[in-house]
Amino acid sequence: MSSIRRFLASRWGPIVTGIAVGVLAPVLVSLGNPGNMGVCVACFSRDIAGALGLHRVPVVQYIRPEIIGFVLGSLVAALVFREFRPRTGSSPLLRFLLGMFAMIGALVFLGCPWRAYLRLGGGDWNAVFGILGLAAGIGAGIVFLRMGFSLGRNYPAPAALGWVMPVLMVGLLVLLLAAPQFGRDADGHPTGPIFFSAKGPGSQHAPWLIALGVGVFVGFLAQRSRFCTVGALRDLVLLRDAHLFNGILALIVAAFLMNLVLGQFKPGFEAQPVAHANTLWNFGGMALAGLAFTLAGGCPGRQLFLAGEGDGDAGIFALGMIVGAGFAHNFSLASSPAGPGAFGLAAVLVGLAICVIMGLTMREK
Amino acid sequence: MNENLVDARGRSCPEPAMMTRKALMNAGKGVVIVLVDSVTSRDNVARTASLAGWQSAIEQQADGSYRLTLTK
Repeated sequence: MSSIRRFLASRWGPIVTGIAVGVLAPVLVSLGNPGNMGVCVACFSRDIAGALGLHRVPVVQYIRPEIIGFVLGSLVAALVFREFRPRTGSSPLLRFLLGMFAMIGALVFLGCPWRAYLRLGGGDWNAVFGILGLAAGIGAGIVFLRMGFSLGRNYPAPAALGWVMPVLMVGLLVLLLAAPQFGRDADGHPTGPIFFSAKGPGSQHAPWLIALGVGVFVGFLAQRSRFCTVGALRDLVLLRDAHLFNGILALIVAAFLMNLVLGQFKPGFEAQPVAHANTLWNFGGMALAGLAFTLAGGCPGRQLFLAGEGDGDAGIFALGMIVGAGFAHNFSLASSPAGPGAFGLAAVLVGLAICVIMGLTMREK
Repeated sequence: MNENLVDARGRSCPEPAMMTRKALMNAGKGVVIVLVDSVTSRDNVARTASLAGWQSAIEQQADGSYRLTLTK
């Protein structure tokens, strides 16, 4: 056990995690997940928001077991290695807002940083502009960090607080399996409370137990290796530290090779799965997401792994993402394969303005 | 002595590493003490110190936090 611990804490940890994600994500696609969406924390949280009826876009509603697995896998690793440490109190309200705006930005691009790298590994060249936007957003976040930006410290909390997110995830798993239905309206449409897509990306999913297993496995590895798709670029620039960045390179190479093997590598800009080709707003959406993730201290996956080891503030961020997804679809902010939503561009500008205000005002003397 | 004590407990990434890097640069050489309370921060601080050519010794405190003694 201690040799596993040492190995995953070494420079190989993020690389092994990146390879695991790069290999398993395309496998999940071949087992039913949407194209280039083996794992996407933003899209999957959005599907969960839809399944809970927080938005009513009929094609993106499903309780994704991968998200549940990320939190529970991290919980298991944290318990086994005695790193479960309940804590909270570092500006939770602002973290909630950052989660909302990170989600809104990600849904303008159509993917979180994980999916941006997976899209690249699948030959979707639109991802290049998303990743450039992500880098720009992280760069802006670094400027604020250098100016003294901080959401303040957290404090140890009672054990019960650390269990809230894992228990919520178990609750989601129960709702996935039970899928309660209270009836149908006059037109014959289900009235919920749980909604599952009958067509579109929400209807495309790998068998739940496999998806959950992959989520738990990745959550376990990532908790041990501190894998983070935003910290990777941030630490490379800010600290000249490539520890996490090597994990991203491994992810992209593994995803590329695996997509080749599975016949899923389809290079080009047009007609890519669950993607649009609007260069400017692929860039802009991810710039907002990158800034919000950087101010919050990590990518959406990392927030779920932290939530699994007891970090209540990361849990609040993850809940902010789910609520943000509800807003993104109800207010026509999210893009679709046809292009940006009616108010997506305005939302990105508002989100950037709010993040900049936060970046300038949340400073320690 | 106080100048060489960094209390990074409870901080989000990448603050503990940034605070450490700044303290190491200000000190130039000698001893810098860093307090953190997560294993992630402990490892990040140790790696930051090592990248800057400092040695680190780690002690776990009674309350579960870590005290890193960085020397050069």
